[in-house]
Amino acid sequence: MANIMIRKGSDGYVFYMPKRDIEDTITSMEFDTPEKWGGEIRLKNGGVYFIDPQPAPERLPYSVRAKRIDGVE
Amino acid sequence: MTQLTREEAQALIQEVLEVYPEKAKKDRAKHLMVNDKTLESSKKCITSNRKSLPGVMTMRGCAYAGSKGVVWGPIKDMISISHGPIGCGQYSRAGRRAYYVGTTGVDTFGDMCFTSDFQEKDIVFGGDKKLAKLIEEIEMLFPLNKGISVQSECPIGLIGDDIEAVSKKMAAQIDKPVVPVRCEGFRGVSQSLGHHIANDSVRDWILPRYDSKKLESTPYDVAILGDYNIGGDAWASRILLEEMGLRVVAQWSGDGTLAEMENTPSVKINLLHCYRSMNYIARHMEEKFGIPWLEYNFFGPTKIAESLRAIAAHFDDRIKEGAERVIEKYTPMMNAVIAKYKPRLQGKKVLLYVGGLRPRHVVGAYEDLGMEVVGTGYEFAHNDDYDRTIKEMKDATLIYDDATGYELEKFVEATKPDLIGSGIKEKYVFHKMGVPFRQMHSWDYSGPYHGYDGFAIFARDMDMTVNNPCWKMLVPPWRKQAAEELKKAA
Repeated sequence: MANIMIRKGSDGYVFYMPKRDIEDTITSMEFDTPEKWGGEIRLKNGGVYFIDPQPAPERLPYSVRAKRIDGVE
Repeated sequence: MTQLTREEAQALIQEVLEVYPEKAKKDRAKHLMVNDKTLESSKKCITSNRKSLPGVMTMRGCAYAGSKGVVWGPIKDMISISHGPIGCGQYSRAGRRAYYVGTTGVDTFGDMCFTSDFQEKDIVFGGDKKLAKLIEEIEMLFPLNKGISVQSECPIGLIGDDIEAVSKKMAAQIDKPVVPVRCEGFRGVSQSLGHHIANDSVRDWILPRYDSKKLESTPYDVAILGDYNIGGDAWASRILLEEMGLRVVAQWSGDGTLAEMENTPSVKINLLHCYRSMNYIARHMEEKFGIPWLEYNFFGPTKIAESLRAIAAHFDDRIKEGAERVIEKYTPMMNAVIAKYKPRLQGKKVLLYVGGLRPRHVVGAYEDLGMEVVGTGYEFAHNDDYDRTIKEMKDATLIYDDATGYELEKFVEATKPDLIGSGIKEKYVFHKMGVPFRQMHSWDYSGPYHGYDGFAIFARDMDMTVNNPCWKMLVPPWRKQAAEELKKAA
């Protein structure tokens, strides 16, 4: 589990992990509706992370705990 | 010789790696690459922010250098205590040329060294009492200080002193912020972690003091983040922003004050110059206060114009017109500078090896002068920096992360640059090799280099260095002998 920050970039969500200084665009997010948001997220660099599905944050950027499932670190 | 081709550059890297033992070779190979613009992520071809190998002569600093020297040190009305043995504080004192206005020792303290001067007994019995006494003394001798930060040196973490408790107690006693910073030198792999720790301590101890009623804000408020006013850089940037109609509320942290930092959350946008050392706080302010941030680059007229327009795009038409007006006003001046120096510098090759930002930021300024950058590298950048670098650099440029003394020498021998831009540790090695050198950390006692005014100085300095006649007079002793014999024979 690691803290990540999700912000809105020019094209979609941007993933940022302060601890490792990984910054990348999110290519897909499993749930992206106001009621249910999160789930499995895939990064452009091949990384796959998991955020507990939750109501969408009121505003971005938003810090959240995420679990690394697969891909480069 | 023109720039290396991709194959030549690859071969050069292989040749350089040849000398290392197997294990070191495997490790160093990951830190060297040839630029390929088609790459979207630096991840697969360069590794960064890893521990340096023992024995390779790295140029890096420590977390204390990143925190005290870079982020906290330049805040002029705060006192940074170097808490620990005396060397770290004394030998890093006032070397960075972060200029400020004020009377040193009365209301500003940038050039002074405050240290708790640890002795054996402080290591054995702990230095908390000494720290409390030191803060009392500071308060008595320098009553105009606005706050104190305690910058830990290595022993503090090793012996486990509780500087947080002392700071809390003393802050209540003197009624000023006392910020404990856990930036012991052994933390992390380079000064980069020091920046992060310093940013986090600003987040935890300074920004909570923000009071929205304190400062009447305007729709044109901005803050300059990550400009340390080296040789007056921040001033040269600030006048451009003010000329286009913006109000600069805070400078982080060159010539900055505690009050400016506390008021920063009232700005409309954070302008970020040194991404590496201050992106953490910019991201924090974006999340907590909803302030967007923007990276900009004030090196060289092309990049300045680009940046001014990008900044103006976040504001209304008044500022957009202001940006165009500023660009128009300075363009003739810049054309004159380029007309004067470009013929003298055209086609010269530059090799850079600097800290965490300049290896990509100054490229535009060199290109404006017709010079080409054949190699660039960072001491302590992370992958997000390399992602940005790949886009900035030409194809087949050498890129090196945390280069060693040996690698740099080899690269210089092979690429034969006309100018090297790096730090003081590299300077004299390359002087002795007879290669013109500019110190790009502190602008070689010159500056400012930011902004339009800075570019004129930058161009003059580069010309002064590259075309200096002294380089032709440097003959190494072994060649000197041969030359004399030739003369005799003739």
